[in-house]
Amino acid sequence: MKIFLLYILVILAILLAVYLYRVLRGPTIFDRVLGLNGISTKAIILLIVIGVYFDRVDMFIDISTGYALLNLVGALAVAKYLEQKGAP
Amino acid sequence: MIFSYEIPLILLTLATAAGAIWVKDLISSVLLLGTYSFFLSLVWAWLGAVDVAFVEAVVGAGLATVLFLLTLFKTDPKDTRLRRPPPSLATLIVFPLLGVLLLYAASDLPEFGDPNSPASVHISPTYLERSYQDTHTPNVVTSVLMDYRSLDTMVETVVIFASGIACALLLRRKEK
Repeated sequence: MKIFLLYILVILAILLAVYLYRVLRGPTIFDRVLGLNGISTKAIILLIVIGVYFDRVDMFIDISTGYALLNLVGALAVAKYLEQKGAP
Repeated sequence: MIFSYEIPLILLTLATAAGAIWVKDLISSVLLLGTYSFFLSLVWAWLGAVDVAFVEAVVGAGLATVLFLLTLFKTDPKDTRLRRPPPSLATLIVFPLLGVLLLYAASDLPEFGDPNSPASVHISPTYLERSYQDTHTPNVVTSVLMDYRSLDTMVETVVIFASGIACALLLRRKEK
């Protein structure tokens, strides 16, 4: 079971790297914002899998919920900024 | 364990940190710094420091991004244009030397999770044994922060409150 979860963690890290490529190379700012959103959804899943891996899901659920809320706040702040200033 | 999962996480963290100084405009830099905090928080979570991970996510990814964006609201486009002169010779010499020095010092650190390291033999066993009887809190970190070091935490809160008030005073809108 541990080996299986470790494989899942590695595959999720590879997926994070794919999103990271879009954030780093993204020609426009919207690509970067979408990549950041994808990264945070993967990070939430990754946290829960880490929690299952360590048998402490109850604590990791809390941070993953905090991640999800913060992701929303950050995306709202970026959207507000782009609305006011226009895309560079 | 032969394969250690820290390595891909560290690689992702390094890639974001390098990207944050590589991109052309400041808003992308801010977004990349948020991503960097996400990855750093994953590293903390993997090492088992759930509370540190939570603080890193809240402060690094959430609050710092919003504060940087608030600062960018107040700046002109001509201030946010990035000029990047090539690094000087002293930078190219001193910073690799500093890195080598830090790596040399890090080889003296005790192993992760070593029960005989100085940090785990001095007072940590006392906390682990007595914190539940003393404070009736299941989380040891919370009991240390909120009970044994409650005065310290209170003054820290005062400092953060004062800096929050200072930020609010500096960032308020001018009344016509």
